Amino acid sequence: MNQENILQPHRTGLRSWLTADVPTSRAQARASAWYHGWLEFKTNRLALLGLCILIALVLIAIFAPLLSPHDPLAQQLSNRLQPLGSPGHILGTDSLGRDILSRMIYGSRITFYIVGLVVLIAPVAGLLVGTVAGYVGGWADTILMRITDIFLAFPRLVLALAFVAALGAGIENAVLAIALTAWPPYARIARAETLTIRSSDYISAVKLQGAGAFRIITRHIWPLCIASLIVRITLDMAGIILAAAGLGFLGLGARPPSPEWGAMIAEGRRFILDHWWVATMPGLAIFTVSLAFNLLGDGLRDLLDPKSHGK
Amino acid sequence: MSANSNRHTASNADPGSQSGNAIEIADLSVWFGHGADRVDAVKSASFVLPRGASFGLVGESGSGKSTILRALTGLVKSWQGTMLVNGETLGRKRGKDFYRQVQMVFQDPYASLHPRHSVDQVLSETLSLHKFGDINDRVEKLLTDVGLGPQYRFRYPHQLSGGQRQRVAIARALAPSPSILLLDEPTSALDVSVQAEILNLLTDLREEQNLTYLMVSHNLAVVGHLCEQIAVMQNGEIVEILPVEDMRQLKSSHHYTQHLLEASMGYKST
Amino acid sequence: MTLLDVENLCVKFPTRSGVFDAVRGVSFSLGRERLGIVGESGSGKSLTGRAILRLIRHPGVVTANHISLEGENLLQLSERQMRKVRGQRISMVMQDPKFSLNPVMRVGEQIVEACLQHEKISRNAAKLKAIEMLEAVSIRDSERVFNAYPHEMSGGMGQRIMIAMMLIPNPQILIADEPTSALDVSVQTQVLGIMDKLVRERGMGLIFISHDLNLVSAFCDRVLIMYGGRVVETCQADKLYEAKHPYTQGLLNSMPRLDTPVKRLQVLKRDASWMDGDIASDSDASGKAIGRSV
Repeated sequence: MNQENILQPHRTGLRSWLTADVPTSRAQARASAWYHGWLEFKTNRLALLGLCILIALVLIAIFAPLLSPHDPLAQQLSNRLQPLGSPGHILGTDSLGRDILSRMIYGSRITFYIVGLVVLIAPVAGLLVGTVAGYVGGWADTILMRITDIFLAFPRLVLALAFVAALGAGIENAVLAIALTAWPPYARIARAETLTIRSSDYISAVKLQGAGAFRIITRHIWPLCIASLIVRITLDMAGIILAAAGLGFLGLGARPPSPEWGAMIAEGRRFILDHWWVATMPGLAIFTVSLAFNLLGDGLRDLLDPKSHGK
Repeated sequence: MSANSNRHTASNADPGSQSGNAIEIADLSVWFGHGADRVDAVKSASFVLPRGASFGLVGESGSGKSTILRALTGLVKSWQGTMLVNGETLGRKRGKDFYRQVQMVFQDPYASLHPRHSVDQVLSETLSLHKFGDINDRVEKLLTDVGLGPQYRFRYPHQLSGGQRQRVAIARALAPSPSILLLDEPTSALDVSVQAEILNLLTDLREEQNLTYLMVSHNLAVVGHLCEQIAVMQNGEIVEILPVEDMRQLKSSHHYTQHLLEASMGYKST
Repeated sequence: MTLLDVENLCVKFPTRSGVFDAVRGVSFSLGRERLGIVGESGSGKSLTGRAILRLIRHPGVVTANHISLEGENLLQLSERQMRKVRGQRISMVMQDPKFSLNPVMRVGEQIVEACLQHEKISRNAAKLKAIEMLEAVSIRDSERVFNAYPHEMSGGMGQRIMIAMMLIPNPQILIADEPTSALDVSVQTQVLGIMDKLVRERGMGLIFISHDLNLVSAFCDRVLIMYGGRVVETCQADKLYEAKHPYTQGLLNSMPRLDTPVKRLQVLKRDASWMDGDIASDSDASGKAIGRSV
């Protein structure tokens, strides 16, 4: 206990408020819980690195117009396929003379747009289906889980292809297609968690207060399922970005000339032997984001997974 | 059975309630599973608790003692027989009226509190479910009643010791001011010194709030401390009901009760 | 004769807010006797048992002046030599047999494996020995149990199987950590009876870790009472009820008793001085006096 004082000689007012043993309000209790989580998260260097990369990328996406040296769509055929480090174009130019760095910076916006939409749709749908199936049980369970099985049986890209073929190419349709194939695993996780939670004493206790199924699912089961879902989402994020890039690569996602990373690789493919950087640079960007999400996901798993909490 | 059907919401302050029975259970059978997998957990159990009484169910694991509580609260649905609470026959469904009269404290305080809800959330939600106003004051009063004090209000379960958690669980059970408290091994997961504190708390609360206790335990000394009447269960059947004085003097007519009493007296090396 | 001698045993866990001393300077010696260690949760009684076998996981640190098993300091052994000590010379029985038995292996096979690990005998001889061991722990239909899976066994049966397995290498010391807490009282008596008989017949030393004062006083020869990571009192088991330390007295008084009803139970009032105050020691308790942490 003495040691603590030595380590933190100047406790600021905010920190002592956050670490108070006796919180005096709901807000303080919640803030303090978050703060303790943050302290624990901070000890995981790699996860912190992942988080930093992602924050940096989000900032880049937000301030893309300020950061990019050129218009990402401005073509300059006289200046095409410039190598790395050429004046004015640090990462070179592509086959139409567009600045690759600027395109990558703007491409991050598209990536986060896709990620954001998928996160809004897939886990929420999975959580709904899984918790309802798990809690209600019986017929509802059978029907909902068989539907889940059907979606699970579709190969992701094939379904996406069919979807895009029917609705036309475009980012929104690509996102819908990805989301449609991404939710079933979340439903399974949520159902499995619900099955263990619903027989626990604290659920029995709230039933004995006369709480209905809706309240139990939303107030008591969701908060516990969400933790493991968040972990799963961050770990899946790399796959989602790759799927979006894959659709772009196949020409079914973002339409040219939009600077989507997968589409950029597809374009660069034609020159890969003589002008390797055209395909490599967006590839590196995809790699970085995927890695960052994976590192963050690992860190969050240590933090949130109830099973890893020994005591 | 007195036809006191107009006593709809039997509160413990009801002056006419002194004479009636809090719980009457007749010929109750409970089973799990069906067909070949059917397990009869309770076989035609019958007993009566007068209002204000404290009744204990003892037996070894699997004797069906906890199952009776779960059937009574409606957590187990596959039962047969008659159950009356405060003179009213229980059906398949339990409404909020029922839960305002009967509450339960669970065995393991580490499992009976939601891990991500603070004490405040647990108690406020309970109070709002029962449509109480002035929730703030009530939460503080409940915490004071169970000997915790308002400084524990915004803590999460992992910031509490086992005994403190059990106090929170008791506060939650007391929130709708019930007249009957079902206690499912409330101290078996606690250290003896903490057990003493919780048992004292239960004794005090019963006196202050005029509660009726139905307690389940495998520990004869604990049941003997808190209860006046004790039913001994074996393999789903109540083999004997006896007053606690008889138990203290080891006056029992049934050999299984004798056996339990001997075993609980401690290990004797031969 | 001293089998095990422990002096100034400490177990520390580094945490974010400093070092947590879970066990602080515990010393005792064990002969061919039944030594009970009692205390409430968090008193360090289980960690003491595990520390003897060096089973404290990282980042926990075990230090001691010595932990000598018949003169050999266990702290100086390599991890490999330690593995031989565990099981061969000191065995441990845990609280819940469900977590100690492999769920997908028949009970018999597990015992046979244990036999083969410790002795160079044929599979058939090992099987005979396994059945013999099952009979030694009063399992009547040993053939059936031999071919059963752990989940088909009741708690009491599982615990007997664990004891049988632990006794195969004929260890000198058995450490039993709450071996009967998960069992019903009547089963508890049977299991204790079996353990008692085996320990006596084989002249083993038994360290019996429990939270149950009644049980320990009835079952053991000598008792250490632990509080806050320290031994606060040591006494003859049959004189436990005359214990001098206020903590021990407080514990005894806080238990409800069937024969002497009281309206309110006495509540233990914890005293800060128990954490480092004097240690009440029964003068005629066998074994050496308990050293204090320096």
